[in-house]
Amino acid sequence: MIWQLDLIILLMVVICGISAISIRDLLGSAIMFGAYSFMMCLLWSIMGAVDVSFTEASVGAGVSTVFFVAAVFRTTRRTRD
Amino acid sequence: MKRLGLIAIMVFGGLLFSISFELPDLGDARSPASTHVSPYYIEQAIHDTSVPNVVTAILADYRGYDTLFETAVIFSAGLACFFLLRITDRKAPKARFYRHLATGLTLRVEKGGRLPEDTKEFERIDSAWVPSDVIINMTCRLVVPFIQLFALYVIAHGHHSPGGGFQGGVIFGAAIILYAISNNLRRTLRRTSERTSALLGSGGVIIYLGTGLLCILLGAGFLNYSSLSLVPGLDPVSARSYGILIVEIGVGIAVTAVMVWIYYNLASAGKLDEGL
Repeated sequence: MIWQLDLIILLMVVICGISAISIRDLLGSAIMFGAYSFMMCLLWSIMGAVDVSFTEASVGAGVSTVFFVAAVFRTTRRTRD
Repeated sequence: MKRLGLIAIMVFGGLLFSISFELPDLGDARSPASTHVSPYYIEQAIHDTSVPNVVTAILADYRGYDTLFETAVIFSAGLACFFLLRITDRKAPKARFYRHLATGLTLRVEKGGRLPEDTKEFERIDSAWVPSDVIINMTCRLVVPFIQLFALYVIAHGHHSPGGGFQGGVIFGAAIILYAISNNLRRTLRRTSERTSALLGSGGVIIYLGTGLLCILLGAGFLNYSSLSLVPGLDPVSARSYGILIVEIGVGIAVTAVMVWIYYNLASAGKLDEGL
């Protein structure tokens, strides 16, 4: 376990999380959420929880991003708050 | 109101952060979880179930109830999407668009107009259609079978490596969704219809439940797969291994079908007419 790598990925998780809730464009927010999931997946695999990391990669970064994009495509890209 | 929320988040976040220092270290051998709970499973799982991957043994055997209800939750998510989004009245849409394949001309057929459905020269397109890219089409056509093969591998190899029914099912569903994105929704619906995905979704849950009930019929507790050893040629340990495999296949089928079902309803806003 390299702590520098750990720290960089943890910082990326925080940055992606904050930007996912603060971006005004909902499509961008969905993509940032996918990036957040991917960073969490890397973090899980660093901690040795490979099964959880696998689930996070397939569900969080894969399918749920598609669902978000589909929902944005059928509604609107703008947010009111 | 916004400031109040910020203060609440700061207070509780700080509280959580300060408490996190009291948590045992990662992989601490003296933490309560490592002294009482984990050693039994780590030492006994291979003798009890002959499954090398402890996580799979715990998820599908020791904690079978949890996974059963997780599958039920996934299925209810698909059901909720169906009931919320699906529009069942079969009114014809206002206008449909057709593309003449030879010339690339687009026809707009108003409501009540004659539809060139059955001719080979026209292809129906979505209202938000963009000229399809050859690279995207070919790449997806090449990649989809390999993704599906990998998904089957993940389901079947869950005993020995990370993975299992849930992950494999999601990957298989993602392959079908990729096909629907790169081609169009109607072509995908002709291959795996809404009815198929709904029936398979409930069928996977029923496989799981049926395995549990079969265990009761054969004289043991619910989801206690060792009773499957009444089948000739199986000892109780390998019966548990096969029971896990059956259950994982059920989970895989259910998750695949539900993911595809949710995508159909989300991407077409419940009309199952025009996709993403």
